[in-house]
Amino acid sequence: MATAFTYAPAPERVRPHLRDRYGLFIDGRWTAPKSERYMETINPADETRIADVAYGNAEDVDRAVRAARKGFERWSKLSPADRAKFIYRIARAITERSRELAVLESLDGGKPIRESRDFDVPTSAAHFFYYAGWADKLEWVMRAGRTAEPIGVCGQIVPWNFPLLMAAWKLAPALACGNTVVLKPAETTPLTALALAQIIQEADLPPGVVNVVTGEGATGAALVDHDDVDKIAFTGSTEVGKIIQRSIAGKGKRCTLELGGKAANVVFADAPLDQAVEGIVQGIYFNQGHVCCAGSRLLVEESVHDDVVARLTNRIRTLRLGDPLDKNTDIGAINSRVQLEKIRELVQSGIEQGATLVQAECELPARGFYFPASFFTNVHPSHRIAREEIFGPVLSVMTFRTPDEAIEKANNTPYGLSAGVWTAEGSKNMWIAQHLRAGVVWCNTFNQFDPSSPFGGYRESGFGREGGVHGLHEYLKMN
Amino acid sequence: MIAAPPRRRVYVDAVMLEARAAELAKRSIKTSAKLAGIDIAIRCTDLTTLEGKDSVGRVRSLCAKAISPRPGWSGIPSVAAVCIYPNLVAVAKEALAGSSVRVASVATSFPSGQVDLDVKLADTAQAIAAGADEIDMVIDRGAFLAGREDLVFDEIAAIKKLCGTVHLKVILETGELGSYEATRRASDLALEAGADFIKSSTGKVGTNATFPTALVMCEAIRDFYHRTRERRGLKLAGGIRTTKQALTYLVIVKETLGDAWLTPDLFRLGASSLLDDLLMQLEKERTGHYAGADYIPKD
Repeated sequence: MATAFTYAPAPERVRPHLRDRYGLFIDGRWTAPKSERYMETINPADETRIADVAYGNAEDVDRAVRAARKGFERWSKLSPADRAKFIYRIARAITERSRELAVLESLDGGKPIRESRDFDVPTSAAHFFYYAGWADKLEWVMRAGRTAEPIGVCGQIVPWNFPLLMAAWKLAPALACGNTVVLKPAETTPLTALALAQIIQEADLPPGVVNVVTGEGATGAALVDHDDVDKIAFTGSTEVGKIIQRSIAGKGKRCTLELGGKAANVVFADAPLDQAVEGIVQGIYFNQGHVCCAGSRLLVEESVHDDVVARLTNRIRTLRLGDPLDKNTDIGAINSRVQLEKIRELVQSGIEQGATLVQAECELPARGFYFPASFFTNVHPSHRIAREEIFGPVLSVMTFRTPDEAIEKANNTPYGLSAGVWTAEGSKNMWIAQHLRAGVVWCNTFNQFDPSSPFGGYRESGFGREGGVHGLHEYLKMN
Repeated sequence: MIAAPPRRRVYVDAVMLEARAAELAKRSIKTSAKLAGIDIAIRCTDLTTLEGKDSVGRVRSLCAKAISPRPGWSGIPSVAAVCIYPNLVAVAKEALAGSSVRVASVATSFPSGQVDLDVKLADTAQAIAAGADEIDMVIDRGAFLAGREDLVFDEIAAIKKLCGTVHLKVILETGELGSYEATRRASDLALEAGADFIKSSTGKVGTNATFPTALVMCEAIRDFYHRTRERRGLKLAGGIRTTKQALTYLVIVKETLGDAWLTPDLFRLGASSLLDDLLMQLEKERTGHYAGADYIPKD
């Protein structure tokens, strides 16, 4: 009898260059924090320490903003073609160091290497390539007769779910338009932003153009409150987004917010069901569900509910959970203990409110933060799991009977970042897409991203767009 | 009484199908997994020669290789079958006597299938009479594309009836069907009509087996199994030359149909030169070195 075809461990063996301790990147140099404090960043896959990272306080933020202001004088006056050259250099360096960056991202954040390697890092490079191309073509962004100039110093605060990619989304258009930046990475995932700072240093960008200040919530607050910051760009929770908007009210600062979501993935009976199941899996289990545009509410036409649930149940059995650095891992580690507890609490509420939990049976590693691929059936719109963003690998399945009901249920949320529609009928696809209140609607696919395509939300999912020409408007003053 | 073809239409969308196939193609198959995969791939190979210049001598040497792919090495299994034209079945039958290797014969006017049913039946009957254990028939793609699904269904059913216990593989020639949805439709049709295996390609047209095609065929077999609890088989053929390709097909079958399908009873790879690469990769895994191509006997 033939041997069983069982996948052997396939660990990514490249180890990134790590420092034991990281300072702040201010004015083109690495400096010790005035706070004299450092924080540990850990590997969520096994809870071991990776490195110490500086804690930037208000004084550190002030130093960074002053450096950015000084840098702005030079950067904004540089010829656009020269700015483009610097940005291309960053893009190329990301490509050259892609393997190392992918490992670093998985190590620090817990996402599978398959995703950091095939999605996060190449898409990050693509954003720099894309916006580098815009730097000397900005007059084409404007309507005829108007001119544009950079805004000034931008405070950019990025989340822990796509640390490098979100930094790229923010930095690339800001730099192309001639702005300078103080970037504040998330406290649990600072390492790829620091690697990016290193790349920027090696690319010889003028000092102060990009400054990276690591820290916690208070660091971000100091950046938001700083008087000499002209624009805040934030990606993160709706809760923090509201705080930011309150604190900058009346100060004349520009602002873009990309916040939470509770996206509906709408599956009609005439959908390509196997592909819809792939889209559902991609929509909710990609990056352990730590995705603001995750398709976390599945709305399925009642007549195919049982069929879809059966297919999905079979499909999640094949998902491989474990070491994020194994090339065959589909579900890696939850980003932090705090997030794991939040997921557990919401799942518990789902059980208590009477929904039925379906979970992939798999052994969870003894150490580290893990949660199996899960979904709930018998979910009612009033359940917490149907309304609150879980930000984990947990899907809520609900049904509808008519297209109108599908739209009504899909739009019945304070959020509006993304949505998915699955049907073989083109006209229905278009009709539904027009009526969904969401910044992005994917038709017969999910989680497709491209630098040339704008991304952003409705209502409590935030405002402003990132990507494409739209993304440039957020970093220009129009005269 | 022949049952009617299935009426339920299954939609297939290329974007996510191809994305899923590409994802499966990225599975990293190393060390023990690679050895196990190569072993299964050899056991599941239909060692094939289907050329106008095939001769008695050529078929005899192919049969020798099928029984013992690498004389002198321990633990190398025989392949599943040799796959040849009907007129050479008797030669292969004799050469393979006493071994586990089966004789598969293409029939029904392979590769085009553009003759009347009575000629197809005669072609098949002759191959069976000469000793074929398995029949690889082709569907009438012209009829399928013209919407004559009933005709395609009836032909498969008629050949199946003639075959009796002889294993019937139904070649869909997916490269001529034009879309994944048509491949799915033809798969459903063939399974309902009684195919023991559905097979992707003849190897005689521009597009042969591909990863997304394999995936969509697996989905049809899986759904048929869920509907009927009957396990039907999959054969992929055409352009499969490397171990890497073969292992990806194993991954697609494993993750769509399950490990139960990874046996010669339910899975075949139709190929001529694949076996040489499997042996070369096997030697590399065993010894740590690549041998030159000349250390692998040519059949």
